[in-house]
Amino acid sequence: MMSKHYETVIGLEVHVELATKTKIFCGCSTEFGGAPNVHTCPVCTGMPGSLPVLNLEVVNKAIAVGLATNCTITQNCKFDRKNYFYPDNPQNYQISQLYYPICRDGKVEIEVDGQKKFIGIHEIHMEEDAGKLIHDPNTGNSMVDYNRSGVPLIEIVSEPDMRSAEEVLAYLDKLRLIIQYLGASDCKMNEGSMRADVNLSVREVGASEYGTRTEMKNLNSFKAIARAIANERERQIELIERGEQVVQETRRWDDTKEYSYAMRSKEDAQDYRYFPDPDLVPILIDDAWLLRIKEAQPELRDEKRIRYKEEYDIPEYDIDIITGTKHMADIFEETIALGANPKKVSNWLMVETMRLLKEKEMDAEDISFTADNLAKLIKLVDSKAINGSVAKEVFEHIFAENIDPEQYVETHGLKTVNDEGALRATIQEIVANNPQSVADFKSGKEKAIGFLVGQTMKAMKGKADPGMVNQILREELSK
Amino acid sequence: MELMQLTAVELGKKIRAGEVSVQEATKASLERLKAVEDKVNGFITVDEVGALKRAEEVQVKIDSGELTGPLAGVPVAIKDNMCVAGMLTTCGSKILSNFKPTYTATAVEKLVEAGAVVIGKTNMDEFAMGSTSETSYYGETKNPWNLDRVPGGSSGGSAAVVAAEEVSYALGSDTGGSIRQPAGFCGVTGIKPTYGRVSRYGLVAYGSSLDQIGPLAKDVTDCATILEVICGKDDKDSTSVAEKNADFTSALIDDVKGLKIGIPRGYFLTGIDLEVKEHVLAAAKVLEAKGAIVEEFDLGLVEYAIPAYYIIASAEASSNLERFDGVKYGYRTESFSDLHNMYKKTRSEGFGAEVKRRIMLGSFVLSSGYYDAYYMKALRTKALIKKEFDKAFEKYDVILGPVAPTTAPKLGESLSDPIKMYLGDVYTVSVNLAGLPGISVPCGIDSNGLPIGLQLLGKHFDEKTIIRAAYAFEQTRTYERSTLAKEGNA
Repeated sequence: MMSKHYETVIGLEVHVELATKTKIFCGCSTEFGGAPNVHTCPVCTGMPGSLPVLNLEVVNKAIAVGLATNCTITQNCKFDRKNYFYPDNPQNYQISQLYYPICRDGKVEIEVDGQKKFIGIHEIHMEEDAGKLIHDPNTGNSMVDYNRSGVPLIEIVSEPDMRSAEEVLAYLDKLRLIIQYLGASDCKMNEGSMRADVNLSVREVGASEYGTRTEMKNLNSFKAIARAIANERERQIELIERGEQVVQETRRWDDTKEYSYAMRSKEDAQDYRYFPDPDLVPILIDDAWLLRIKEAQPELRDEKRIRYKEEYDIPEYDIDIITGTKHMADIFEETIALGANPKKVSNWLMVETMRLLKEKEMDAEDISFTADNLAKLIKLVDSKAINGSVAKEVFEHIFAENIDPEQYVETHGLKTVNDEGALRATIQEIVANNPQSVADFKSGKEKAIGFLVGQTMKAMKGKADPGMVNQILREELSK
Repeated sequence: MELMQLTAVELGKKIRAGEVSVQEATKASLERLKAVEDKVNGFITVDEVGALKRAEEVQVKIDSGELTGPLAGVPVAIKDNMCVAGMLTTCGSKILSNFKPTYTATAVEKLVEAGAVVIGKTNMDEFAMGSTSETSYYGETKNPWNLDRVPGGSSGGSAAVVAAEEVSYALGSDTGGSIRQPAGFCGVTGIKPTYGRVSRYGLVAYGSSLDQIGPLAKDVTDCATILEVICGKDDKDSTSVAEKNADFTSALIDDVKGLKIGIPRGYFLTGIDLEVKEHVLAAAKVLEAKGAIVEEFDLGLVEYAIPAYYIIASAEASSNLERFDGVKYGYRTESFSDLHNMYKKTRSEGFGAEVKRRIMLGSFVLSSGYYDAYYMKALRTKALIKKEFDKAFEKYDVILGPVAPTTAPKLGESLSDPIKMYLGDVYTVSVNLAGLPGISVPCGIDSNGLPIGLQLLGKHFDEKTIIRAAYAFEQTRTYERSTLAKEGNA
């Protein structure tokens, strides 16, 4: 098969919206949503006479990401203007960094199918986001909303070190985790706080030179990225096999139609006339500043994995899921800190939480219940105040509305009946009323006890401890 | 009318003493303005209603003791490239002919907080690009000394309305000489402060690394007083600096004993009017007689200043003016076929020829393949020019020279030869490139009856020394009123 002989070479440009309270060059809120043009001021709308003033928190977060990805920090860096006309860009230039980006020469480790590999990071730079254009198909008018104009971004440019869609996804996942753990961004592709452009070329295996690459945009999910990579690889191979040239161009991916089309040729690429922005002063980052950021770095995912393995007796698979998002890891740790047993916390997260997330098509980042309430639930079960199936029912409410389980159990009268006498009486009645099952059980059919347990639970309105029911039932049956 | 003959500080004193009310002063300005504006055309916008209302408010605050500063109640004109909330701000261009900002430039706000009464916005070369104020969309401003002559540029309107006694003082902006040269042509005093002294927030940017706002007034005392009010670090301008030595009025001392003054030999070799040369050198002699030590020296790289300036200023301008696109505010062409057609037509129709020339020049020097040869080289030249001045200032406290090689040219004679016009900036542009402070004071009248300007340059943040030298020089002369001013009341 032809495709076996071709190697795919992929590099990524990832844009990440930084989670600062205000924009990169003005004090407007970065809050998502809101009526059009409410989070604006003369600066982020390009008014005459306005001037940018750098939000240092952006620099702090950019340095944090750079350090966590093993980059060298450019300790004297500047901003440059990238000039091009487009209405989502109020000054018709974007303030970015070309000549002295804040981070260079980093790397992240990924693991695919048990194989570990480093993906190089060429550079990371800070820049401002553009506004949003909305086209009205009825009037043919276009409108622009500058709420997003000036939201801080970092652009992470990788080396062309990836060779498959799996590696690309592993790299993106790694970046997402690092950045989330740093609190630098929530990295949600579906909300646009993380965007990836894929640069792809193919070459025959063993070739020393790279093929001509194309750039693909409008990739809004991991699945879309995987599909686009497969599609573009095939498209380029077909061209080459036919003796045609791959054109260096930007292509827009259409995920519903699963194909891409050329947007503009990179050859005719605009000359952006980059030059240092004269309104901003150089950023001098001394060693003390770097040290402060480094020391403030929280425990990252890989470190947690190692620590959890050593400290808690839970399987690696579970650790991976729990540390898969900072949010879940935080809930895990906070619940344990409130006194809950790690294995039990893990169980609630791995089984019931994961089930509900899947059912409601939610991401772990969207979990809205608190460690406090989870810890209370576990305590209720530990003290046998409620049984397992009641706990599951209560948990669904905790998951949906973050209710206080203690209050809920009280209000709804869900406490387990622990009165052994009353329970034995009920069980005796069940035994008396179900002679066939009793006989089946006595004749060796172990399964028959299940029916009797069920009946008991029904009679007890679910408020009995199944273990105790089982024990007493066996006692009665052995009489 | 006589109120308008006073300096800003003199008028301010009378107002605080209760001899004159703010309303009287404002009315005097408006009356005078009405009498001569059809001849001068110094204003683009006059806000009579607003000014009178404001005058009343200021009077109340003076009476209550809330406003006690030297400029409280004094009428001022603001160059039309500084945003004043609610007032038309056109930058002398068609492309902003309908633009009213919702915010005010910091420098203007400081004046307003000090009790200034803004009479209106003055005419200027379009987007501050020019040396004659003839590139304005709103017509030419005439020089009050001779209505056939230019007032200079780009702050020609500001200089003219001060010289015509329509206001007590004005604010201008200076990127390559645009305060100092018109001050010289109009026989008034003007200061370009050290780069970073005065906030640029609200000043519509032309050459961002060169622009500064400064005062134009009848004398050094006024200019020092105004500068004291408007300077200071602004959180809204990253390039503004908090620096000491801002007590400028304490430098108003008639003493230059031992002051070391350097005169660049190369300034007087070619291209300078004989009469200008004579008067400037005579001024040096006056200072020498007062005890200053005057010496000629060689200032290096003078011939590179103009090319470096035009490359850097045009490059920055080509980017700064991209925002004028008909999308968000300002002029938009009436009919267009698509987005880029709209951009093209709006900007082609909205900008004048000189602005277009500089945008093209600026885009070219920043373009791929030429960036290193032109822009980067110009930046390096800028750094070297600054070094030359640093070297000179090791020996001298003040550098003295002309403001312009000629006195005011006739209207209509400059625009046809842009290069010749650019070369007229030879004495002023290097000051902006080096970021140094410069003051222009009148030093005589030529045989055509036109004023000659003397320029004094100081070290970074050493405005006080040039203020002192200028003040001392000024004490040997009397202020000469413009022809138009004298016609008003001899």
